[in-house]
Amino acid sequence: MDVTIPILILAIPLFMFVFLGLLGMKMTHKLAGILGTAGMGTVMVLAYTTAFTYFFSGAPEFINAAGERLQYVVFDQTWLAFTQNLVIKLGFLLDPISAMMLVVITTISFMVHLYSLGYMRDHHGVYEHGFQRFYAFLSLFSFSMLGLVVATNIFQMYIFWELVGASSYLLIGFYYTKPSAVSASKKAFIVTRFADLGFLIGILVLSYYGGTFNFTDLTSVPADGIANVYQVSEGTAASIRDLIASNPAPTFLGGSVLTWALVLIFMGGMGKSAMMPLHIWLPDAMEGPTPVSALIHAATMVVAGVYLVARLFPLYLMEETALVIITVVGALTAFYAAMVACTQIDIKRVLAFSTISQIAFMMVSLGVARPEIHHGLGYMASMFHLFTHAMFKALLFLGAGALIHAIGSNDYTAMHGLRKHMPITHITFLIGCLAIAGIIPFSGFFSKDEILSSCMGYDWVAYLWMSMVAGLTAFYMFRLYFLIFWWKEHKVPEGHHAPHDQPWTMSLPLIILAVVSCVSGFIPFGKLVSWNGHPYDFMAHFDWGVAAVSLVVALAGIGLAAKMYMHENTLPEKFRNAVPALWDWCHHRFYWDELYMFITHKIIFNSICRPLAWFDRHIIDGTMDSFATVTNKASDAIKPLQSGQIQMYVWWYLIGALALGAVTVICLI
Amino acid sequence: MEITAIYYLIPALVMFCCGVYGFITRKNMIAMLISLELMLNAVDINFVVFNRFLFPEQMEGMFFTLFAIAIAAAETALAIAIIINIFRAAKNIDVRSLNEMKF
Repeated sequence: MDVTIPILILAIPLFMFVFLGLLGMKMTHKLAGILGTAGMGTVMVLAYTTAFTYFFSGAPEFINAAGERLQYVVFDQTWLAFTQNLVIKLGFLLDPISAMMLVVITTISFMVHLYSLGYMRDHHGVYEHGFQRFYAFLSLFSFSMLGLVVATNIFQMYIFWELVGASSYLLIGFYYTKPSAVSASKKAFIVTRFADLGFLIGILVLSYYGGTFNFTDLTSVPADGIANVYQVSEGTAASIRDLIASNPAPTFLGGSVLTWALVLIFMGGMGKSAMMPLHIWLPDAMEGPTPVSALIHAATMVVAGVYLVARLFPLYLMEETALVIITVVGALTAFYAAMVACTQIDIKRVLAFSTISQIAFMMVSLGVARPEIHHGLGYMASMFHLFTHAMFKALLFLGAGALIHAIGSNDYTAMHGLRKHMPITHITFLIGCLAIAGIIPFSGFFSKDEILSSCMGYDWVAYLWMSMVAGLTAFYMFRLYFLIFWWKEHKVPEGHHAPHDQPWTMSLPLIILAVVSCVSGFIPFGKLVSWNGHPYDFMAHFDWGVAAVSLVVALAGIGLAAKMYMHENTLPEKFRNAVPALWDWCHHRFYWDELYMFITHKIIFNSICRPLAWFDRHIIDGTMDSFATVTNKASDAIKPLQSGQIQMYVWWYLIGALALGAVTVICLI
Repeated sequence: MEITAIYYLIPALVMFCCGVYGFITRKNMIAMLISLELMLNAVDINFVVFNRFLFPEQMEGMFFTLFAIAIAAAETALAIAIIINIFRAAKNIDVRSLNEMKF
């Protein structure tokens, strides 16, 4: 395969970032926006070309005679060579999941670019301050995310991983004059950075004992006959495990080296994907502009953790412990986030918690995936849900952005009864809600059903738990839907226009994403993506019992939401008063933020930072200050010698000369 | 009686010491300048004497002395100019009261 297109996929967003970042202020807002959008559109076309070539061309480097999909290293360039063995490369790896992610990222990114042309201006058509900067940062983010998914080695992934973190920080803090946005951006950066510390240690442990950074060396074997082509193999992962186990390496707290490496790497994923207890940054990240929330904090960046686990999945298969940890963390997070989402008032917060919950679904799905359970259905289901979720959650966020743009507030209390005023937004939002609730034939039904099927194959407790969360999902999404579009007639404040639908640049992405959410469930995903490249027909594993149950659960959730929120009534109030403690806990997100505040401010600041500050101020600064004091005193003491009396100088000179002469004479004698 | 180098060097030394003494003790800057010239001339004498007695076939010492005399004349002119300017500014050429250049 020619390297031009893969290089362009990465180079165009990077060029756009530099170009708009440096020259953006010199051009008009509109030109900058159109250039950024056109650049992203080009990248989208190129990424589609690449993905379609990969999946459907049938070339020998992409698929072998047995119909198994292969990993193809398009290029792999040495970037930093520290020593002979420690070499960091930058490359482009094409395999089922990276090709799929190329499609997801470029699609959502293009939609968001287009949407922002309409969103980032007020009702009079005046562009927001920093519009060009916004597009430059969007391009930086797209570049980083694309670099992340095509990484050929874990270190390249780490580099781009940090870059997406940095661009997320820049975009959350886009409204940098708003204190809440500034603190949210700092929070997001610090929390994910903290998680990345674990990731880095994991990388170092894994590469130190495993001897390689390359994904292809960790999880695959070279395919016969063709250079740069690899095939995912359990055997390689097993040999890496045996290599690590053969080291006389100590165990730590009862875990082997590989377990610790994988768990620490997963910790990085927990930070980016907002798993409990590192989820606290994502709800606050909603301070950024809504298109940013749609792109970064719903569809692409937050699934990087899932992608990371999927990328190293054959290694995770070697360590049951790590997979169990992933399952448990995911299951707890899914339930927690769903509970919290039921009580939030800010519509973006509801969507944020829903995102956390859905990503947890993907994590659970990876955690329960085993080759012996429906040919590793969980892995495919996770990637499928990643795909469908990206589409419908971006749709929901962009819809929420349209509502916020029209109403000027984030709270549903200011909305109510908007279905007649904003028909396009209403229909597309409804489609998004049906998709996430898992109603046939919308895309979420298929992907969620496969997750539940693989949970069923793993353990019935996991199945029941996740089904319950699926029911909650339907409930809170339709609670939001009914409260925004129904509940009671919309009252237009005096002197305001009635809210109305948005310009075409905002409607078009909504419509496109809604159509995708309707039809993408019918993609034969099992033929395209599977954990070892071996295609299978997931309809053969389709469990109609599970499907029926999940459909009934989802309909029950929707029915309950309709009963409580469709028309104005006192039922929600009664419900809230019946269980005030539960409601309070959910509304305050189970006091996680307060717990963090307590730990950082009361414990860490008081017991560690204060003594450190004291040491710094008194010992370190004290030493430096005393140097300065001694110097000052000494110079004060000898200052009078510089009297300005020229004859005194001559005296001193003379005495010195005589003394030198005397010394010389004495020495000579 | 044979005139040896020492007959020249001793007066030169006396002249030099007088110069140093004057330079340190005089208050008047003109007097200090005269003392300076005294020291310079003592050194000139030394040059000539050493040239005459140690290297009679060479002329460097003589020329150096001539050169020094010329420089000294120029330098005196400069010094007088400075002193006159100081006098204009401070109405005074007492070196002890001119201590602006201290710390």
